[in-house]
Amino acid sequence: MRRDVLSDDRLPAKRVALVDLLDRLLAGGVVVTGDLVLTIADVDLVRISLRALIASVDDSFGGPYDT
Amino acid sequence: MSDSGTYLYAVASESVPVGAPGVAGTPVRTITRGGLVAYVSTVPLAEFGEEPLRHSLEDLDWLAETARAHHGVVDEVSRVPVAPVRLVTVYADDDQVAELLDRRGEEFLEVLSHVAGRREWGVKAYARQTPDPAESPMTGGDPGKPGTSYLRRRRESLRGREQARRLALARAEQIHATLSSEAVASCRHRAQDPHLSGREERMLLNGAYLVDEGRDEEFAALVGSLGGDGVDLRLTGPWAPYSFTVLEAG
Repeated sequence: MRRDVLSDDRLPAKRVALVDLLDRLLAGGVVVTGDLVLTIADVDLVRISLRALIASVDDSFGGPYDT
Repeated sequence: MSDSGTYLYAVASESVPVGAPGVAGTPVRTITRGGLVAYVSTVPLAEFGEEPLRHSLEDLDWLAETARAHHGVVDEVSRVPVAPVRLVTVYADDDQVAELLDRRGEEFLEVLSHVAGRREWGVKAYARQTPDPAESPMTGGDPGKPGTSYLRRRRESLRGREQARRLALARAEQIHATLSSEAVASCRHRAQDPHLSGREERMLLNGAYLVDEGRDEEFAALVGSLGGDGVDLRLTGPWAPYSFTVLEAG
């Protein structure tokens, strides 16, 4: 189905770099508001906590961040 | 008050089987309404309620796992035109999702027809590191006045770096404009922090491009032709059209 023949970063879904994924999952996609229980309204808050978190766990960062 | 909610991944106009597990290992099912199919799963509010999420979202492992599960589902659905929904969108129950499809059906159909037969590609541009002349051993200058020539070299180096920075940014603009002209739509994400990207080089461009399926190879060839000369380009994808389905559905 997929023709992953073009890029250096071509990787199966599981190995897609988390940071590229978060760019899209936190800034893209349909945002719905209304009666729902919850949605991430403030992307910046998440990013800020991410950055703080990364600063504090610098050593373990090779883990979730496939580069 | 129920102790579970309905997590929404994506909306499509066709139903495809989804084998990937959803977030928190939950099975994915569909809610169909007036020609639209919502991909959802039932999640415990003990984990996906407002209060627990406040904490979980700061837990990098939790975020990574949830983002990958969300993406896994969207990726499978992307065999057909799909409108992915932003990470962690949780409804009280299925009825609310059905109601959303009723209420916003036309907008969803519009978004779906815009992305049909097209795929998203990511292009990141990095400025290649150049050695700083001020750091290199002394050559030339006035041997009698090492301090003066050091300062001069330092100043020249700063000027050179500022100029290099401006040139690199202009180059990124140009690359983005060229790629955009080959794409149906384009947008720029924020440059990734080196801590997050895992690369030391500064990111000049973090672009997303919606490209007709038949033009994938031309687009990739174009990306290949634009790099070099101090700028490294990286292509990622194809992605589900995350960056081109930004729809504020009230």
